[in-house]
This record gives sequence, structure tokens and C-alpha cells, in this order.
Amino acid sequence: MSIRGPRKGENYELSVDLNSEYREKRKDAIKRVIASMTVGKDVSGLFPDVLKNMQTDDLEQKKLVYLYLMNYAKTQPELVILAVNTFVKDSDDPNPLVRALAIRTMGCLRAEKIIDYLCDPLQKALRDENPYVRKTAALCVAKLYDLKPELVMENGFLEQLHDMISDSNPMVVANTVAALTDIHIAATSSEPSTSSIDNSSTVFHITTAILNKLLVALNECSEWGRVAILNALARYTAADDKESEHICERVVPQFQHINGSVVLAAVKVVMIHLRNVKREDLGKQLIRKMAPPLVTLLSSPPEVQWVALRNINLLLQKRPELLSSEIRVFFCKYNDPLYVKVEKLDIMVRLANDKNVDALLSELKEYASEVDVDFVRKSVKAIGQTAVKIDEAAEKCVNVLLELIATRVSYVVQEAIVVMKDIFRKYPSTYEGVIPTLCANLDELDEPEAKASLIWIIGEYANKIDNADELLTLFVDTFTEESYPVQLQTLTAVVKLFLKKPDSSQAIVQQVLNTATKDCDSPDVRDRAYIYWRLLSMDPAAAKSVVLSHRPPISIPRTTVAPAVLEELIGEIGSLASVYHKPAETFIGKGRLSADAIQRKVGPGEDDESQLSTQKALQTVVAGQQSENLLDFGDEPSTEGGGLSGLAATQTMLAQPAAANLIAGTSSNPLDDLVSIFGNVSMQPMSATPSAAPGGAFGGFDFGQAPTSAAPQAVDAFAGLSATPAAPPQQQQQKPQEDLLGLF
Amino acid sequence: MLSAFFIFNQKGEVLISRLYRTDFKRSIADVFRIQVVSNSDVRSPIITLGSTSFFHVRINNLYVVAVTKTNANAALVFEFCYRFINICKSYFGKIDEEAIKNNFALVYELIDEICDFGYPQNSEIDTLKSYITTESVVSQNIPADESSKITSQATGAISWRRPDVKYKKNEAFVDVIETVNLSMSAKGNVLRAEVDGHIMMRAYLSGTPECKFGLNDKLVIDKSQGGGGGDAVELDDCRFHQCVRLNEFDATRTISFIPPDGEFELMGYRSTSNVKLPLRVIPTVTEVGSGQVNYDVVVKANFSNKLAATNVVLRIPTPLNTTTADCKVATGKAKYAPSENVMIWKIPRIQGGQECIFSATAILTTSVTNRQVWARPPIDVDFQVLMFTASGLIVRFLKVFEKTSYQSIKWVRYLTKASGGYQIRF
Repeated sequence: MSIRGPRKGENYELSVDLNSEYREKRKDAIKRVIASMTVGKDVSGLFPDVLKNMQTDDLEQKKLVYLYLMNYAKTQPELVILAVNTFVKDSDDPNPLVRALAIRTMGCLRAEKIIDYLCDPLQKALRDENPYVRKTAALCVAKLYDLKPELVMENGFLEQLHDMISDSNPMVVANTVAALTDIHIAATSSEPSTSSIDNSSTVFHITTAILNKLLVALNECSEWGRVAILNALARYTAADDKESEHICERVVPQFQHINGSVVLAAVKVVMIHLRNVKREDLGKQLIRKMAPPLVTLLSSPPEVQWVALRNINLLLQKRPELLSSEIRVFFCKYNDPLYVKVEKLDIMVRLANDKNVDALLSELKEYASEVDVDFVRKSVKAIGQTAVKIDEAAEKCVNVLLELIATRVSYVVQEAIVVMKDIFRKYPSTYEGVIPTLCANLDELDEPEAKASLIWIIGEYANKIDNADELLTLFVDTFTEESYPVQLQTLTAVVKLFLKKPDSSQAIVQQVLNTATKDCDSPDVRDRAYIYWRLLSMDPAAAKSVVLSHRPPISIPRTTVAPAVLEELIGEIGSLASVYHKPAETFIGKGRLSADAIQRKVGPGEDDESQLSTQKALQTVVAGQQSENLLDFGDEPSTEGGGLSGLAATQTMLAQPAAANLIAGTSSNPLDDLVSIFGNVSMQPMSATPSAAPGGAFGGFDFGQAPTSAAPQAVDAFAGLSATPAAPPQQQQQKPQEDLLGLF
Repeated sequence: MLSAFFIFNQKGEVLISRLYRTDFKRSIADVFRIQVVSNSDVRSPIITLGSTSFFHVRINNLYVVAVTKTNANAALVFEFCYRFINICKSYFGKIDEEAIKNNFALVYELIDEICDFGYPQNSEIDTLKSYITTESVVSQNIPADESSKITSQATGAISWRRPDVKYKKNEAFVDVIETVNLSMSAKGNVLRAEVDGHIMMRAYLSGTPECKFGLNDKLVIDKSQGGGGGDAVELDDCRFHQCVRLNEFDATRTISFIPPDGEFELMGYRSTSNVKLPLRVIPTVTEVGSGQVNYDVVVKANFSNKLAATNVVLRIPTPLNTTTADCKVATGKAKYAPSENVMIWKIPRIQGGQECIFSATAILTTSVTNRQVWARPPIDVDFQVLMFTASGLIVRFLKVFEKTSYQSIKWVRYLTKASGGYQIRF
């Protein structure tokens, strides 16, 4: 380097020491350079000085210099050339450790110029007599492919890798499988247009011959190698059910492995190949063998436990019988981390049945007195879910809830009231006796959801509650101060009251309709008020049949993801996708997946539920893209292009599902309804002539009919019971935007 | 798989940073600092921003962090983080900021060896120690055949053992260590009792010994298959070190293996049936008005009087608004620890059959500002009982076969303990 900094400062001192005549001093200086590098100081100026120390017999020093090279090779490509000679020499060293080290490091130097020199040593290393060198070389092919795929193809490294699956050493086989899989993923996920290579040759197709070699290597290689091999086995398509059975039987012993990731990988393989197993007894036996190892994972460190719990949750959706007698192992320990507790709670509800419900309830009651507000709320919610799930236990659950309400802890009471509403929906007219207790807590409610729930209950049972009008008056008086969900519920409840007790509530219904139509700034609320008003004035009988119509019963959904997605996630056991319960495309890749693709993936013409999950998936994609842009801060200032395209992509993606929903009319989105109302009603002036009335009423009816489908859906939607898994906050932010788009 | 590996200290400073792939920049470390270290309300060990996922494990004053941009195997990533932690513990005796800072060159060497291009490689501590050492290794000092031995060990079918081990005295120590996890309800019902067992082995055996390991005669390993009878020891599940031939175990239930040299965990198991609880704790806690709580706690040792529980520590929670607590004990020592809101009762030794009594009165402030619901956390008990297994598991034999058919001495020790998971509600 000709240009040097001033002859002082830290870097100068380091440079002097790096050139010292004493070995120890030089080595110490290298260490200090690495230390500076780690904390993020720029020591790239020392490149030539460090490079001088590369030729050494001291392995540790060599590794340190290599570490430095790996870090700065990209920024100093012309200097890396100087290191090539040493690398090439090292790759011929008699010591296999040195040979492997040279190959490993060369693969990590991401400089164009050095790559061309890598091919020859790599060629040799792939045939090295020492397995340690071969296993390092195998991975190096994947590194090379990542940098310059053409070189891999030209040099025939891929064919060599395929040959190496037959290697006698299990570790080499495992790393070869890992490398081939890595290349396979890289090749199949990149855009076909950008790579000039024929993709078919990079596809890692697992044949029957390979299968047998993998099954042999599986029992001999290291734990991590087993995971790689099991992953490959999961991708194999069995020829017939006999072969699937064979694979399952060979993989089952891995359930006993001490490493949790091996166990989960084995579970994945068995779950996938189980699809083809026709012998029912074998299927049952495999599922039975799966249960104990899964439970054992719960004694792992909390993070592994959490991954296991998320996966158990998925497996239970597919195979509810899996852990049917094991509910007790999911009881929370007081000192479990919160994320583990919440997950256990969810699984407990899944496993609840009429036999274990007593134990479960006493646990849930215990949890409801803990400190963490979030966990307490979820526990209360779980009690409600249990009540809805198990008819026999409903009464016990109600009693527990009453006990909790008696504690008068604000958030417990509010959550309990929300939960009671669900119980009322599932078992109408069964627990009316508790209504006075609930109403007694009216003054303490400050959360919209709890308020709305209580109002719903009052409206629903208006004819049984003597002072229903008084209670509702409280909310009508403060109508404009309440949040929209509360306003909507108040409106509906008052109308219900009016329909049930027309004599005593004329004034209040007038008042609420007046306030809602004149003083309310939510179009939603205004609109509902107008519709009610018109219904009431035109045809009270129709109003009755609409507002007081029978609601479909609610139930706990067995699955939280669409069946197609569940099937896909079962094939991803142990991975991030299975932890998030979302297909991988939704959170990796730079928005490669279009809305179309997701739509296709979920499958056309499926029920609302899958449409919902499609929307969710799309929202996550978009949210992901946005935070992707956030991640790009720092380093390079040139992000303006990326930001823009990200936004454009957002719009195109969002437009589609919203529009689709409008056409299909399946959306429970209030604004969509609004649009359809505009279409039908806004043509008709409010002062419709009697002759126009039937049409107008019909227009209103169009929506009026909706309560049998849309309105209860809305109730469901905030009942919190309806299948929506805890969605990250970004999703909610996405909603209004989508609505607006739907409008235009 | 892994794209990068970091170690942060508590302040979020980077101690170790190793990027395995170039799909992102070093500044990714800042993102983690902002999202996790300086965020007081982290509710998940995995954080995904865009397509980048951060996996973190907190240990002492460190964050061990793995970053990936793919749909990585989450279980594998966490297992890898914990393996790294264990390797550090074994190399440096502990893992904390000081240990990492003092040995950062070695740490880099290790993480490069156990993970290549984001794929975990051989991480057997015993093997690693043979070629990554705290003293610098000069390559000429290792003859070529020696290093090829190392490499064949690191990749071989028995990657855990060198072929040329020699001992004057051939010995094998087996420690059966059982941790009891208990949740007992206020009414004295056992909600959950579970034994988490580990069979640790220290093998100092020459050559390549073939071992066979036998447990109780009446051992039921697959509970769901039934049988066994009332007093049999039933294991819900067991898992083995990679040296154990899983196929053979699956077929014939025999545990056969070639052990690594030195210390390793041969077997882990779990049992939930017929768990013998060594200590019985009977708490009586009464709240007198709103200003006082009275405690009477009885501990009974439920095992043969030839044995003894040692290092018994009970942590008895007090309400958060406790001002003083007055503890009276006949055995051991008890004191109130205001910072943790517990009374700590330490008993150095309880002989089998013995009974110890604790009584205390906690005085509470009645000031309104301090009124919070008291969650009544459970009483937590720690203890150790030597030569006792809560599951009833016994080692019947350990046979060693070697070409030279030498005599070997075997030692077996049992220990049942509880640490943090033996909880009694009141």
C-alpha cells in the first residue's frame, strides 16, 4: 500500500507490530486486529501487513489470518490475489486439517478474482483420500454455486457431488446431501430468467438408489448430518405404500435421539410418508410411538420447548388423538417463560375432554390469579373455549368464571364478560341466572370489547332483564364518547329491546337512532342506524325477522389454518414455517410470491376460512416487505428504488383480494358492505314514495338478510373465539388500507 | 441454514460476529440490538423482520444469536446455540462476557469448526478438544498420521472415539442423576410429577470397548405397550447418545455402544409413573385480616432412614407488601429476603423419616398504594438425595468387551435432586 495514514494511532501501531521480527508479537497483533474487526472498526488498511503473516506453521495464526481475509476479501479483491499462492500451496499440504482449512476458507472469500483459482484445488479436494477434506469440499461446492453457478456446471462438480452420495464415510454423505439440497433450493427459488443455466440439472432428485444409501448413512452419521439426511428423506416420493412403510420403520428409531432437532426431523419424515401408509394398525402404532419423544422435548431448554410446542400444536390439528392422555405434561410451571406458557395453554384447550376437564379447570383458575396480565387474560379465554368445546363442562366453567368475576380484578372481570358472551351464544337461554352478576360489574368496564359484549348480552336477553332499558340508557347517554364497536352493539341492543318491549322503549330507540345518524362520525354506525330506522318504519315484522333472527351456533375450530396450508406445514415440521404456522413464502424471499401464487396455493373454490388465511398470508407478505425496507437502513444510501417498488408491489397485491371479495361478496368487512349498499340504496332517496318502498325495502333487505350471515359473523369476529390466531400487529395496520382500496 | 452467528453482551455490543453467508450486511447486528436488547418486552425467542429471522438464547449476561434468511430448521438452530454454549462451558469452565472476550480467537476457531456455510458440523466436545486447543498447535508438531487420525475421528462412523486410547486401570463411572419436577396443588394432590433422568458416564477404557448396559429387570420402556405390573419401573420415553445403536434398541431393547472417551451423557429418560417423592411439604398459610400472614410449613423426608437429603432449600413466597417476616425453625436456618419476596429456609441435612417444622409471621403494610393482588407463587424446594432414585431405576449391569479382554472396574452412583421445578402451591 502506498498511501498510509499518519504515523500514529492504533492502526499504525498494529501495522508496526504485524511487521515485527518476533513471532509472538506478530501473532498478538493479529489477534488485536481481529478484535477491532469484531467491534466494527475498519482495519481494512492493514490488509497487506496481515497478509504477510499468512505463511506460517502455526495453525491458530493461520486461522486468524484467514478470518481476516474472509472479512475483507470483498472490499480488497486485488490484494486477495496475493493470497492465492498460499491457498493453493496449503491445499496440497500433507496435513489434512490444513488442506481442509484452505478449501473451506477459499470458498468463503467472496471475491470474483480468486474464484477461478478455486476450481482446481476443489477438484482435487473432492477426491481427497481423507474424508475430512472431502466433507469440507462438498460444502464448498455449494458455496461456489452461491457465488458463480456457471463454474459449478462447467467443472462438473454437480455430477461429482451426486457420486459422493455413495461415499463410504457417513459424514461426507451428510454434507453432500446438505450441499445438494442447498443448491437445489437456490436453483429452484431464483427467477428462471436471471440464471442462464438449465435448471433441470441442478434439481436434487432423490431416486430409489439414493434413498437406500441415505437410509444406511442415517444410522451412522453425526446428529446434524442426520437432520440433513432426514430432510432429504422428507422430499422423497415413495413409489408405493410398501416403500413408505419401509421408510417409516427405518426412521422411527431416530425418535430416541438425544438431539431435539433430530427427533422433530424424524417426526416430519414419518408424518409425510404416513400419508401413503395404508395399513391402519401401522399408522396407529407410528403415531403412538411419536407421542413420548414429543413430550420429552418439553424437558429441553425453553426455546427448544417452544419450538416443540408450536409443532405439537400443528400435529394435534392433524392428529387430535396424538397426545390425548397427556394433558398434565402441558400444565404450566410457575417459572416457565411466558411464550411457553401461552403455547401450553392453547394445547391444553385442544386436549381438553370430558375426562380431564376438572383438572384443567382447576389449573386455569390457578393461572387466572397470576401476575402477567396477558397470560391471565388468555387463561380466562381458555376457560371460555373449554366451555364452548365441552358441553358437559359448560356449567363448571361458568361457575369458575363467576368466581373469577368475584375477585373484582378489573381485567379478569372484563375478560370473563367477553368469554360469557361466547357461552351465551353457544348455549342460548341456559345461564340467564348469571346475568345480574354480570350487570353488577357494568360500571367497572372500560374496555370496548367487554362493554360491547355486555351490551350484546343485555340486548339479547332484553325481555328477561327488567331494567334493560335503564342499563342501555347509560350507554345511549354517552353514545358519542364510546368506541365504534360499542356504538354498533348499543344500536343493535336498543333495537332488540324495542322489538321485544315496544311499549317501554320507544323513547330510547328514538334517541339512539337520532344520535347515531346525526352525531356519529363513523359511516358504519350511521349506516346501520339508517337501516334499522328504515326497517322499523317500513315493516316492523321484517325488522323482527332480521334483527332477532336465529344465529348459527359457534364452535371451537379444530384447525387454525386452512387444510391445504396445514398439510404443507406438516411437511415443514421443525422449521420456522411450522413455528409461525404460516407458509414459508409469506416471510422469506423478497416478495417473490405474487397474490396469484398464494391464491393458487390455497386452492381455488375453497371455503371462506381458506380465503381468510389467504388474505392473512398476503398481509404478512406485504408487512414483510415493508420491514424489509426498514432493515435496509444504514450502510448503503441507495435504497430509493427498492422502497418504491416495494410500495407499488403492495398496491397491486392488495387490490386483488379486496376486489375478489367484493365480487364474491363473502367478506365480512363492513366497508365492503357499505359499497354494496351504495350500489343498491343510495339511488333511492330517503323520502321514498310508497310505490318505491318495496324496492327500497328490498335494497335494505339485501343487507338485512345479511344478519343471518354477515352480522353474526361480525359478532364472531370480535368474539375472539373465531379461529383467528394471534396476529402480529402489522396485520391490523394493514386492514384500513385494504378497506380503502376496496372502496376505490 | 444459519446466515450469521453473533454474541452480544447485555448492552448490545457485539463480542463475536461471524457471517456465514453474504445475504446481508454487518449492520444486521444493529437491528438485533434495537429489536431485542433494548426492547424490554420481548415475548418470543425468534423475531422475524421482513425475511430475516433472529434466534436468540440468553445465557448469563450474553445473547447468543443466530440469524437466517431462509425457512431454517428452528429446532436445529436452538439446539446448535445450546451446543455452542456447552462447548464454551467445557472449554472455558463458564460462559460469560469475560470468558468470551478473553478467548475470542479460540471462539472464532470453534465456531468455524462446528459450523461451515451455516451447516453445523462435528460438535463432539471430546473430538474438538483433540485438535482445537487452548495452546497453539504448530502443524509440524503433529505428525501427518496423527492429524489424519483426528480427521478420521471427526468424520468417522464412530466420530466420538479415537482408536488408540490406553489406560493402565480400566474404569467406568456411571452416574444416574434424576431431577424431580413436581407440581402439587394446595390441597396436596399431585398435579404433575415427572422424573427427568440422565445417565452420565465417564469411561476410561482402553481400545475400542463394546459395552452393554442393563437396567432393572422389570423395566417397561414403552409404556403404551402395557405390561410391567404395579411395581415395575416405567419409562415414558428414553433417548440416547449418538454412540448407542438405536436400531438395536428399537428391535431388542438392548443398549449397546462403543463409548466416547471421557465424560458423556449415555442416556436420558423420562418417567411419570410411580414417582417416589423424596420430600413431602405440607404448608398451612393463613391470612389474618389484611395485615398479617401466618405460615406453618412441615417437611417430611420420605425415604429410608439410611439415606439423607442434603442442601435442602425452601423458598417460601411472601406477599409483595410484606414489611417484616419473623421466621422460627428448629432445624437449619431461615431468613426473609425482602428483595425477592421470599423467606429462605436452608437445611443442610435431613435424615430419612425425619420431620422439620417452620413457622413464620409476615407483617404487611396496609397502605393503599401498595395493594396489588398477590399471585401466591408456589413454594419451591431444592434438595439432593444420594443413592436414591425417584423413578426406582437401577443399573443392573455394565458389561465391557474388548479384544484384549481386560478387567474393568465399574462404579455406579445415584442422585436424585430438585432445582427450581419442585413446586408446592398453597
